[in-house]
Amino acid sequence: MLQCHAKNCNSNNYPLQLSKVEVVNQETEFNPMFLRNMLPKLEWNALVKTAFQINVTLPNALPESSTDELDEEFLKTLHRVLLETHIQQGQMTCPNCNHVYHIKDGIPNMLLDETEA
Amino acid sequence: MIPTPNLDHISSKDYENVYEPAEDTFLLLDALEKDAELLRNEIAPCISLEIGSGTGCVSTFLGKILGDGKARGFFLARSLSFLQEHINPYASYITIKTGYNNSQVQLESITTNLANGLLPRLYHSVDIICCNPPYVVTTSEELYSSKSVIERAWAGGIDGREVIDKMLPLVDELLSDKGVFYLLLISENKPNEIRETMKNDYNLQSKVVLSRLAGREKQSILRFWRDIRQ
Repeated sequence: MLQCHAKNCNSNNYPLQLSKVEVVNQETEFNPMFLRNMLPKLEWNALVKTAFQINVTLPNALPESSTDELDEEFLKTLHRVLLETHIQQGQMTCPNCNHVYHIKDGIPNMLLDETEA
Repeated sequence: MIPTPNLDHISSKDYENVYEPAEDTFLLLDALEKDAELLRNEIAPCISLEIGSGTGCVSTFLGKILGDGKARGFFLARSLSFLQEHINPYASYITIKTGYNNSQVQLESITTNLANGLLPRLYHSVDIICCNPPYVVTTSEELYSSKSVIERAWAGGIDGREVIDKMLPLVDELLSDKGVFYLLLISENKPNEIRETMKNDYNLQSKVVLSRLAGREKQSILRFWRDIRQ
């Protein structure tokens, strides 16, 4: 959901490319209703790309069926990616200007140096 | 009655670096609790955001209101400051810890300044926004030159409004159609003027959820929401 906001970096700046990641999985209760509500807020292509970088494969296109009929298998994968996968350490690189944002102890730092802001 | 989040993991040393919950924090908690039914049943949020999370006490409490251990969506917490050098990364860290130490309420914390990082991605996507802003009336200079992290947590400049006024347009951009925004203000911030502006500029309705005197400060929690029926 984060994008590069360095000065003059206005296009092709999303999604940020992950690297050197350390992932922690933390189980949480499965809540299909929440996932269905969340779907319209997601930018699917960006999520597919990002998930692939941490070795999770999601279908390229959102399943065709109406949201009521999304199969359990799919929702479980989504649950795992969205709610149980936490990137503890890593880097996010802007695909356009190559600016690197760091993730430390699970917290992305989106601050820029004064010259870049 | 929902218990106040346990903050035992935070030491007095930590409170040199992060705003310690006080009357204003507790008023915000009480207002959220008062609106618990609304938040749980009508809003049922996917994404919640606390702007300027401090210890993370408010986000954690909101997490408890919304459900016991169920996936209750994303909680984002971020800095309120619009001045780069005023950002307090320490608060991001404490916020996550507070969530974790309270029945593992999962919070996501982002270190960023007020304007950057979430937009345009979260345009009209956030269902609950909470903010206890720096509202104390100071001079502009005090706001911009404040050295200590704690002073920055309360110094609000002229009318205590300088940070608040920068934030309001962003709230409009972030708030979803069904979303609600809770804001703590004191009478010196001219709450009625803010309500007027929100109505005229963004068509946001508002209501005072709770008010209380804390010493000489008259603190109020306002709730704003979109008037999409018109």
